[in-house]
Amino acid sequence: MFDHSQTEPGRERAKLEIRDLHKSFGALDVLKGVSLDAHDHDVISILGASGSGKSTFLRCINFLETPTRGSIALNGETIRTRLSPQGQQEPADGRQIEKMRARLAMVFQSFNLWSHMTLLENIIEGPIHVLGLGRKEAVERAEALLAKVGLHDRKTYYPAFLSGGQQQRGAIARALAMEPEIMLFDEPTSALDPELVGEVLNIIRALAEEGRTMIVVTHEIAFAREASNRVVFLRDGEIEEQGAPENVMAHPTSPHFERFLARARH
Amino acid sequence: MSLTEFSENYAPVDFMLVAQHWSLFLLGLRNTLILLTGPLVLSCLFAVPLALIRANRVPVANPIIFAYTYLFRGTPLLVQLYLLYYGAAQFSLIRDTFLWTVLREAWWCAFISFTLCSTAYITEILRGAIETVPKGEIEAAKACGMSPSTRTRRIILPNAFRRALPAFSNEVIFTLHSTVLASTVTIIDILGAARLFNNKYYLAFDGFIVAALLYMTLVYTINRGFKFWEGKWHRHLSRERTT
Repeated sequence: MFDHSQTEPGRERAKLEIRDLHKSFGALDVLKGVSLDAHDHDVISILGASGSGKSTFLRCINFLETPTRGSIALNGETIRTRLSPQGQQEPADGRQIEKMRARLAMVFQSFNLWSHMTLLENIIEGPIHVLGLGRKEAVERAEALLAKVGLHDRKTYYPAFLSGGQQQRGAIARALAMEPEIMLFDEPTSALDPELVGEVLNIIRALAEEGRTMIVVTHEIAFAREASNRVVFLRDGEIEEQGAPENVMAHPTSPHFERFLARARH
Repeated sequence: MSLTEFSENYAPVDFMLVAQHWSLFLLGLRNTLILLTGPLVLSCLFAVPLALIRANRVPVANPIIFAYTYLFRGTPLLVQLYLLYYGAAQFSLIRDTFLWTVLREAWWCAFISFTLCSTAYITEILRGAIETVPKGEIEAAKACGMSPSTRTRRIILPNAFRRALPAFSNEVIFTLHSTVLASTVTIIDILGAARLFNNKYYLAFDGFIVAALLYMTLVYTINRGFKFWEGKWHRHLSRERTT
């Protein structure tokens, strides 16, 4: 197990530095200045009511949404942006973003496996066509990962023939195949039938225990408490409370967080 | 009663006479097939980049292509063919250039107008298919670091082609049926051969029945081909599950 104790500021350069992130859709301000550091082996759970901006926050990290303001740096390398003629921030270098995305794997709420490919083809796609891996090596890597998520016997299946839980486990294997430095999970169990949540959470928990650096947007309070070393509670586009789960979840200072936790217990 | 006598006097179509002119109908069949496959192959090649430009709303190029598809889908193919065949000759600008060596041939006029017309249709079919590729699958491609061209080549187009297949099979059959227009500009396609045959023997419809049977056989073959193709390409679609 890795030491999940709180990282002191200035102790080391954070792997991922998010500074003062703003995002608005038209007149709607979804994020109002969110800053977050992720260090190696951090497992950060992001909690919040729906509409609090947690998914948008995650999607800004890999520029699926372009932040209106603020900066993101991976290993000290800041993503370069510029102002569009309309005065909006836009990525300055598409290649830089592609390289960054290849190092930040994302797992989506609705799985988003490529429907025209078998499970195995889904998993070797990124390694071959993004990382430039040979086919043989990519297949070996994919088979090992499929075994790890318990889907080796389903490798020739198309996504439409798999259950939600199987699709999500496949999507996790697809993310792992990129050998990412940080994994982003966007409500990975929210689209699953209740009886399928466990099989997916167990895998994410196992990944946390391996020491992978992860940022998880979730509604699973128990998962946040047990698997993560830091919990961030977003409310109205701002961080309302954050800290080690054993501290902030046991003694929340924000009444909103307290109410959120109380509701979730039912 | 001899076979010839039966064929001449009792059968609905004088099939012995038809059989004697098999080479005429074979010529018609050959020409119809060339006028079907040639323009279709070219249309598919042209339609892919055009549809990508339309779906990605590329500035400047998109409105131009939209105007083109609107024009060619909005006017009858017969009118387009006549404009090219009878109209082009009116311009000395065209008659004096190398274009004339092409456009004075009925054959090329038909070939070009068929290509232009089905390119317009296939472009719009493919644009629709590209636009309905699930956003989530495109995001997953972005999120793993694929460049726009890799994304298009590996995820968007393969998905869109599969979506477009049923509409495309219809388009192929429509294109087959519109090749009959070639017979109005002196080309001996299946219908042209049937006309020649009728005229030669003062027959009212015998040739048309042969033509109809030939077209039906072609449509049947095309349908079987697409069934097979869909079997290969639509394996990923689950019959009962919709997600």
